[in-house]
Amino acid sequence: MTISKWLMVIASASVLAVGIAACGDDDESTTGGGGDLSGSIRIDGSSTVAPLTAAVAEQFEAENSGVKVTVGTSGTGGGFEKFCAGETAISDASRAIEPEEVEACEKAGIGYEEVRVATDALTVVVNPDNPVNCLTVDQLSAIWGPDSDLSNWSQVPGLNEEFDEDLALYGPGTDSGTFDYFTEEINGEEGASRKDYNNVGENDNTTVTGVEGSPGGIGYFGYSFYEENEEALKALEVDSGKGCVAPSPETAQDGTYVPLSRPLFIYPSADALKQAEVQAFVDYYLDNVNSIAEAVGFIPLTEEQLATSKDAAKKAGA
Amino acid sequence: MAEPGSAAPRTRLATAGAKATTQAMLRDQPRRDVIRNTAFAGLLLLAVSIALAGLIALLVQAFIKGAPALSTDLITNPPSSIYPEKAGFRTAILGSLELIAGVILFVVPVGVGAAIYLEEYADKTRWWNRMIEVNIQNLAAVPSIIYGILGLAFIVRGPLDLGFILIAGSLTLALLVLPMVIIAAREAIRAVPDSIRQGSLALGATKWQTVRSQVLPASIPGIATGVILAVSRALGETAPLLLVGATVFVTFDPTPFSDYSALPVQIFNYAVQPQDEFQALAAAGIILMLVVLLAMNSFAIWLRNRYEQRW
Repeated sequence: MTISKWLMVIASASVLAVGIAACGDDDESTTGGGGDLSGSIRIDGSSTVAPLTAAVAEQFEAENSGVKVTVGTSGTGGGFEKFCAGETAISDASRAIEPEEVEACEKAGIGYEEVRVATDALTVVVNPDNPVNCLTVDQLSAIWGPDSDLSNWSQVPGLNEEFDEDLALYGPGTDSGTFDYFTEEINGEEGASRKDYNNVGENDNTTVTGVEGSPGGIGYFGYSFYEENEEALKALEVDSGKGCVAPSPETAQDGTYVPLSRPLFIYPSADALKQAEVQAFVDYYLDNVNSIAEAVGFIPLTEEQLATSKDAAKKAGA
Repeated sequence: MAEPGSAAPRTRLATAGAKATTQAMLRDQPRRDVIRNTAFAGLLLLAVSIALAGLIALLVQAFIKGAPALSTDLITNPPSSIYPEKAGFRTAILGSLELIAGVILFVVPVGVGAAIYLEEYADKTRWWNRMIEVNIQNLAAVPSIIYGILGLAFIVRGPLDLGFILIAGSLTLALLVLPMVIIAAREAIRAVPDSIRQGSLALGATKWQTVRSQVLPASIPGIATGVILAVSRALGETAPLLLVGATVFVTFDPTPFSDYSALPVQIFNYAVQPQDEFQALAAAGIILMLVVLLAMNSFAIWLRNRYEQRW
């Protein structure tokens, strides 16, 4: 083949690629209709909150086809970094914003408001054959603490049950908001954890497989992962000094499942809220979050919590 | 005329020698050698089967998990986080196709240009040209996440400041596979015999005319093979894309200037969801991706066999 023929091949290939892109555009405009809003909303942050935000976005886009919403999963910390650089309109967070992040946002002149959208119950799971039903916070800390060298369930202090199996620990990666929250509440300091556990990164399904497969397995993750695997795993009750409480939507909502029930947030930026489509999205989020939350495995807000969130969203927009 | 008497012993000797050699070759090998040969062949077979077993295990698992989710919806529907039964890879597939179209547009002229320079023009006795060569080899081995950081610092933010858009992802992937393309293109150009160049020059063609009309046409099958293999790699990359803005939830068809998603990123996102339905979707996505990759690699092989020239 001569050069010119090859150029033809390359040219037609690119035309094809552009054509595909163009096709996409056509398609979009034909399916358009309904809703006068337009624009794009870029959301990033916690991978825990992302499924909820994405679900809301999906329904919002169905009603407002002119608005393009994207949801990323850089993690709570990574999300705030982009948010405070002015690169995203809304940040998903599985913990409250931290002082360094507040400072970064202030420096860049980014105003925001904290809006609680759902509740999660961090769930500690063990193998179903494990006779232990409840652990105190101290016992959990003895297992997961930074100085812990426990290697067998029989070494856990104050355990009533006889259980002679090696511990197999599964936990999320250190970039995860779940890891931050668990270490803060159980070990007393964010990031303080023993290092020799099976680090599953952001993929909590590995914890499910691991704990299911090892008799002495123990791991922790968001409630939705337990809900989907109830028959394969056993959720431990947690005793923070007021008796054993099992994780459930009710105990997380009424605040008795302590210390492992946690709020989940979105942080809309004040600037972005001045755009009509972002304001509409946040309003839509709060109007529908409770019905969507249950469908995607989150624990909905109480009426009171929802009212507080709506106030916060109004304040941010003002 | 030779005496028959003197020739006969020599002939006999030669015949005896040939016979001895033949017998030595055909006679039973010592037992030890047989065992060694068999053991070695066994080891080699084991090596092959370990490589294949991994691939087969992956394929079988993906097919078992993903088969129920396989349907045309997978290609035509955008992702969904509420309705796994309706969710698909439409926007991710479009994103990936546009990404690699951008990669090709950037990597072909730059990669081939660099290869022509290094093979045809560069003076290899100069230290800087040798340094460039060594560095290109090294770059090909740099982990892909490093290119993601580079893309974030210089293309998304920094000097180019493109933002988190599809073209930024394309450029990052193009940088990632550029060394592969340069190396492949250089091999192809080097395989053109010097006699062709000298013949062309002897007929009065200039250096550029020689390169354009003789060297390049002859080396294009090799270059095209290299480009396709590089693009296959770009298609499968996830890590650098996560850094330069490929998001997991995009319901609109991406344009080169919009936010975007990509097939491997979408697969990863489905795989980490708690619901079984989404994990089945991820497996189906893997099958989809394997089909695309196999098709591209087969095309590369066909291209090579079809146009390969023998000198």
